[in-house]
Amino acid sequence: MKAWLLTIAFFVVFPFTAGEFYINLASQIFIFAIFTASINLLLGYGGLPTLGHSAYLGLAAYLSALAGLKLGLGHAIAAPAAIVGTTLIAAAFGLVALRATGLGFLMLTLALSQVLWGTAYRWVSMTDGDNGLRGLSRPFGMDDAFSFYFFVFIVAVFAIWMMARYVASPLGIALRGTRDQPRRMAALGHDVWMIRWVTFIYAAFWGGVSGLMFVYYHKYIHPVSLSLAYSAEGLLAVIAGGSGTLAGPLVGAAIVMLLKNYVSAYIERWNMLLGFVFVFIVVFMPEGVVPGLKRLWLRFRSRT
Amino acid sequence: MAALQITNLRKAFGGLPAINGVSLEVAAGERRLIIGPNGAGKTTLFNLITGDLPADAGTVSLFEKQIQGMPTHRRAHLGLARTYQIITLFPKDTLEHNVALSLLGLSGARWNAFGSLNRSFYEEAERVLQLVGLGHLAQRPVAQVAYGDRRRLEIAMALAQKPRLLLLDEPLAGLSREERAAVKQLIAGIPREVTVVMIEHDMDTALDMAERITVLHYGSVIVEGTRGEVVADPKTREVYLGH
Repeated sequence: MKAWLLTIAFFVVFPFTAGEFYINLASQIFIFAIFTASINLLLGYGGLPTLGHSAYLGLAAYLSALAGLKLGLGHAIAAPAAIVGTTLIAAAFGLVALRATGLGFLMLTLALSQVLWGTAYRWVSMTDGDNGLRGLSRPFGMDDAFSFYFFVFIVAVFAIWMMARYVASPLGIALRGTRDQPRRMAALGHDVWMIRWVTFIYAAFWGGVSGLMFVYYHKYIHPVSLSLAYSAEGLLAVIAGGSGTLAGPLVGAAIVMLLKNYVSAYIERWNMLLGFVFVFIVVFMPEGVVPGLKRLWLRFRSRT
Repeated sequence: MAALQITNLRKAFGGLPAINGVSLEVAAGERRLIIGPNGAGKTTLFNLITGDLPADAGTVSLFEKQIQGMPTHRRAHLGLARTYQIITLFPKDTLEHNVALSLLGLSGARWNAFGSLNRSFYEEAERVLQLVGLGHLAQRPVAQVAYGDRRRLEIAMALAQKPRLLLLDEPLAGLSREERAAVKQLIAGIPREVTVVMIEHDMDTALDMAERITVLHYGSVIVEGTRGEVVADPKTREVYLGH
């Protein structure tokens, strides 16, 4: 708890001391952290590896953008409409994806997200295809990095708090049970399928929220945000940080975003470095950075 | 009233019949033992009763209510509980947490997504653990307790639900002589409102625990009756001794 409060305090002070580049970088980390935390609900707590979570980020972003561009709706209506639309589609996708678990689930989530990606790419009259949608705006006219930072920060803290409450709730406890012993959970009276479906929808809801923040930040949306690559990046961030922990996906999001935005300024082939970092983590801390460092710290303390 | 009624139940795995037309009736409050050599279909029969496996044909009734086709978790809500031959627990969690999960399964609180698990679940879990003699281990992770204690935890999780029909799948398997005595005593102490059906493949260890015994062989019931009748029946001898 103390570590969480210190982290929050740090990020409250941070924008007063840092330049615009770093403030924007932090905003991007928050947005990505909401995304990875929502993947972690499925992967870490539900044992359901999803390779299609970008579908919900991209869908909410596109819906919000289209509501503004095509229907002329303001953010006050576009944002909730985008989230409701995303959640409903997720409920339908969940019916299909949860016909399987494990690798089957992974392939189904991938296939479903590819449908949206293909649609965004090919439906040029609606989405402008490969050009993406431009000319978007942020709510409340928050065009400066400083005010947008605090907006995203508050949304991220709230989102992560809501997800933390979910996994600590009776339903979240049951969810972890279905990850470890699904058959036993059914025999104990838990509706395993329903628990997974509810979690699937809840995770997509927060994936959608991250999508809204994403499109507000960039004021632009391109089909690449619906792609397999983006889902995989989120999944890798969760695994690197430590799936099934609260802090893991947040640390993982920070690692990926720092490498992507900061290191890429110095090294052109930053993807290669990202690959090396992942290999390093998987070899030396297969359970992820957060549990790995915790383990090293405990070993260090017991030695002294 | 029959606690469990099975008629002409069939299940085949890829053309190989595992349960080949089993009919069986267990009265409420009865202690029934199902014995049979390895591969007789005992665990498959349990999996058909709980709904872990779908039956190919036949009907299963729980307290005169037909339940075939009903998902497993709904059968639990009708008062059906089971233990597993291959221990199926949550190894990283504490014993207390394991029992709490069992209590949660039948509670309306299991759909609460934003509150916290009421302390009363853990208090009740501790009470149940004390009942089976595991009270002192309540805070230990399952992975750190002895095999015999895990067997008892299996039973505790089932009993915590106050079932009407309890299916015990080889509850004595892999236990030492002392542990067996303790688990047997535990089973003997189960109140009469609970109907108990127990599987055992070793005939001698379990005979004294049942009123009626069913002998299963190659997926069929070959002998059924009281302890004396079954032991005296030449077909029982044939199955177990091969002559």
